[in-house]
Amino acid sequence: MRVPVSWLRALVPALTASADDIAAALVRAGLEVEQVHRYGHDVSGVVTGEVLDVEELTEFKKPIRYCHVSVGERSHEVVCGATNFKPGDRIAFALPGAVLPGDFRIATRQTYGHTSDGMICSGAELGLSEESDGILVLPPDTPLGVDVVELLALRDEVLDIAVTPDRGYQLSIRGVAREAATAFGLPLEDPALVDAPAPGDGHPVRVEAEDGCDRYVARVITGLDPAAESPAWLQRRLVLAGMRPISLAVDVTNHVMVELGQPLHAFDLDALQGEVVVRRAREGERLTTLDGQDRKLDEADLLITDGSGPIALAGVMGGGPTEVTATTTSILLESAHFAPLSIARTARRHKLPSEASRRYERGVDPALAPAAAEVAVRMLVELGGATAGPVTDVDSTPTPPVLSLPLDAPGRLAGRDYSPQVVRQRLQDVGCTVTGDDPLEVVPPTWRPDLTGKAELIEEVLRLEGYDTIPVVLPSAPPGRGLTAEQRLRRTASRALAAQGLVEVVTAPFVGAQALEALGGGMECPEVLNPLSAEEALLRPSLLPGLLSVLVRNTGRGLGDVAVYETGHVFVGTGSSAPAPGVQGKPTPEELAALNAALPAQPRHAGLALSGSSWDIAVSALVELGRALGLVLQPRASDVFPYHPGRCAELLLDGRRVGLAGELHPRAIGALGLPARTCAAEADLDVLVAAAAAQGPLEAPHVSHFPPASVDVALVVDAATPASEVEAALRDGAGELLEALRLFDVFTGPQVGEGKRSLAYALRLRAPDRTLTDVEVLGARDAAVAEAGRRVGAVLRS
Amino acid sequence: MSDLLTAQALDAARDAALAAFAAASDLDQLAAARTAHVGDRSAVAQARKALGGLAKEDRADAGKRVNVVAQAVAAALDSRKAELEAERDARVLVEEAVDVTVLPARPPGARHPLTTISERVADVFVAMGWELAEGPEVEHEWFNFDALNFGGDHPAREMQDTLFVAPAGSGLVMRTHTSPVQVRSMLDREPPIYVICPGRVYRADALDATHSPVFGQVEGLVVDEGITMAHLRGTLDHLATAMFGEGMRTRIRPNYFPFTEPSAELDLQCFSCRGSGEACRVCSSEGWIEWGGCGMVNPAVLRACGIDPERYSGFAFGMGLDRTLMFRHGITDIRDLYEGDQRFTLALGQEA
Repeated sequence: MRVPVSWLRALVPALTASADDIAAALVRAGLEVEQVHRYGHDVSGVVTGEVLDVEELTEFKKPIRYCHVSVGERSHEVVCGATNFKPGDRIAFALPGAVLPGDFRIATRQTYGHTSDGMICSGAELGLSEESDGILVLPPDTPLGVDVVELLALRDEVLDIAVTPDRGYQLSIRGVAREAATAFGLPLEDPALVDAPAPGDGHPVRVEAEDGCDRYVARVITGLDPAAESPAWLQRRLVLAGMRPISLAVDVTNHVMVELGQPLHAFDLDALQGEVVVRRAREGERLTTLDGQDRKLDEADLLITDGSGPIALAGVMGGGPTEVTATTTSILLESAHFAPLSIARTARRHKLPSEASRRYERGVDPALAPAAAEVAVRMLVELGGATAGPVTDVDSTPTPPVLSLPLDAPGRLAGRDYSPQVVRQRLQDVGCTVTGDDPLEVVPPTWRPDLTGKAELIEEVLRLEGYDTIPVVLPSAPPGRGLTAEQRLRRTASRALAAQGLVEVVTAPFVGAQALEALGGGMECPEVLNPLSAEEALLRPSLLPGLLSVLVRNTGRGLGDVAVYETGHVFVGTGSSAPAPGVQGKPTPEELAALNAALPAQPRHAGLALSGSSWDIAVSALVELGRALGLVLQPRASDVFPYHPGRCAELLLDGRRVGLAGELHPRAIGALGLPARTCAAEADLDVLVAAAAAQGPLEAPHVSHFPPASVDVALVVDAATPASEVEAALRDGAGELLEALRLFDVFTGPQVGEGKRSLAYALRLRAPDRTLTDVEVLGARDAAVAEAGRRVGAVLRS
Repeated sequence: MSDLLTAQALDAARDAALAAFAAASDLDQLAAARTAHVGDRSAVAQARKALGGLAKEDRADAGKRVNVVAQAVAAALDSRKAELEAERDARVLVEEAVDVTVLPARPPGARHPLTTISERVADVFVAMGWELAEGPEVEHEWFNFDALNFGGDHPAREMQDTLFVAPAGSGLVMRTHTSPVQVRSMLDREPPIYVICPGRVYRADALDATHSPVFGQVEGLVVDEGITMAHLRGTLDHLATAMFGEGMRTRIRPNYFPFTEPSAELDLQCFSCRGSGEACRVCSSEGWIEWGGCGMVNPAVLRACGIDPERYSGFAFGMGLDRTLMFRHGITDIRDLYEGDQRFTLALGQEA
């Protein structure tokens, strides 16, 4: 909402504060003043003049005029490209040295073979309008040599206010002026306080759709002079308010709308066919709106119709045939109140937001219709020589509610006291009628449909007294139990991954079918109906697509070794529909269960991607992640695309697969444009965290202080036998005396035989209560080797 | 009497030991010489053993001789050891000096600042006894809108703001704020409720320098008897102090949100100019920076969650974590948070 400060002052005549101070006061009251625009402050040296003579210069491609202009005591020669003026016209003349908006400096110069000693200005050049046809011709009685900035009141400020959806009244000068008057404690001159003539004998109007229109005022105006133009002050106000002056009739309706907040529509009375009926659209009906669009109407659209059918989309836009034109002399002026939701839906359905629909959507004062119509009629009578005709008023507006407000309620919610006088005064400031002692009986003003309960009334008191007067007190919560086990473990998981040299990333969860296909496909996941990019319309069922694209971005930026990880939700399966319960009370457990059952599964995963590294780093990253959570994750050879079939491990927790890790398949690497030998891993973090939380505190080991015995064994096994199986056999065979086991050498070669390999392990043995004897040490070693022999056919290398 | 115990033999053993010690040019050689001349198999040790074979009357005399020699050898050893250690300290340690600024290129890791700041904010509240609450990112509209007093035609439900999830008409959305977690918290708990809810949220905004379709948000909710707007202000000031340092203040200005009434816009004192506004580029000399929104929980929201608004009141607040991070670290392009460039995250380390 653009609010010219001069217009504001017209409604609050005692308001002398600067535009910045007004803006600050409004901000404090909760109006969002986004900007204060300044106009005319950058114009100087422009005075009124009279065109003395005009010489057409015909030797140029475009019309050029050489003129003399008198500014009173002296005259100037000037070259001008406009043609819409004649000798004797009064104009705005920029003297040499003048400055126009945009720091456009005027100087004497030679052009088209003549001296041009100044400039004849257009409205646009003076900042009066966005564009203009030719130069600005002033009324003939304009005095000469007068400062144009003063004469045309070019200097003004405009407050640009973002209006929140609950406060439709701020979409009017009247509404903002009320706030300004309250903020400065000054009286408001309400332009809506006019006596409208009683209805009777007006144009016939019938409201069929009462749920969409509870008030319809229609005024007949005749004898309008079609040649009458809007006066400069009216045009200026509209331009500052961000609207284009069009014709007197349209400008007047716009002026009333901006000033009072009541949208008006002017129909050409002579084009109307009989009774005006307000009703919903019927199947198959169409309407060509003022913007020239032929629109198919929806049965929910609220229409203004006459004997010919639809003539306007109520509260949104009028239709072509009944439009006011340059020849219109008789008008039927509509000043109505339409249901906000109905208008909002129609405007949205037809993608047709208009100044009118913006206001109706947020709620127009239903009591305003007759006054607004009367103000417009008076202007048309005064400025257009029209005659006011009879009045129609179809009124079914409900009586405003009476709200009950305990006197101490504002103070109790704010945490400070407000005196009864303050509470009453503040409610009256916003226009409420306040009666009763305690509780107060409050009738909100008709322009505040948002005041529906105690909380809304309390807000008015609090905001007008200032939020800054509310004290600052820290509430004390009951003693807490800190983070849950799962929350702590998730933090641990994140730290454990970073501790391994991985860098955490956060990626958007949107993926494309193609990327998923490259990773093997077959993953069912939810789809976004209105994706930001059609290529990424799915929600990730895996963290890998995001991690791999981050990896490509990093290598593309010349970073060699990339190691990134992410923890976050993935989305599995598709959701389903569940009916939304009401909001009048807590939903039943069944309703809540149905809502939750409709959601897709959203487990948290942990994933990582590596380049310039090797498969074993990826696998051990998950093993270490498990270790940090107090879990033993056992790798086992696996073959799952997109992993390399010979370099893929599944991670087992108590025999159940909880993750995959390894080098990626060359086919996936090729399809996604990844660096060669890219490695990755992904685990179900929710499962890991749940298992870790469930197992409770780990048992502490008995740390023996007796000396250890070390013994090495080299075992020859089939090359295909996983080291993990050999290790497990050695552990089980050696028994309790084995404290630690480390693979320190892997050897293949003719010495060990074809298809075989030698694995050398260092065993550290120790007893909790004694120094081991040689016999015990060798016994444990032999038992370990024997068990390895039994399970995987291991032979002690000679 | 054993030959070993003759004065001559003992003198020879002593001389040999002293010569060997003197000849040792470093501590390793000296250790070898010590083994040879002081160890169990040295002449002196053998001589001491031989004392046992002597007649009692001879033993005292011979023992004295052995002791004199042994002491001389030990003294020579100590003295040579001291010399060599001094020499090592003077020369060898100097020779072994390194450039301590040349470090091995061990790969570093880092945690994302959105993660660490979420934890940091959560810790501020958990320290006050609040609970950390979480919820799903694909939500049903009932949690994301209906229960929060967004009417059926609220503009926020339009396609340009909200990402809708298939099947069409199912009411599934990517949560547009962390407020559904507040709703779930109220449904799951009885007052008093003190929860903090950080999380990722989604809007249908294309990625540019100031917008991201995914961003971090944190919201707080309190529902208890006698909760006032003063408590809201106290909590916000506490958070500002915890995040940005002692003396940081917040300011609230009236605004509108469907789920709070009264509602307010939340401004943070500019952390750069500390509110003075003098030629400050961070806050355009306004002294304040927009931080988030807040207000007293709308009675309609309490009702939808089964809480009696006549008995309980509450406050809620929310702010963008991205924005908070951008303030704290002088980040000018939000894309840096989501592109995953290692250089960005590594520079911010492991803790907020």
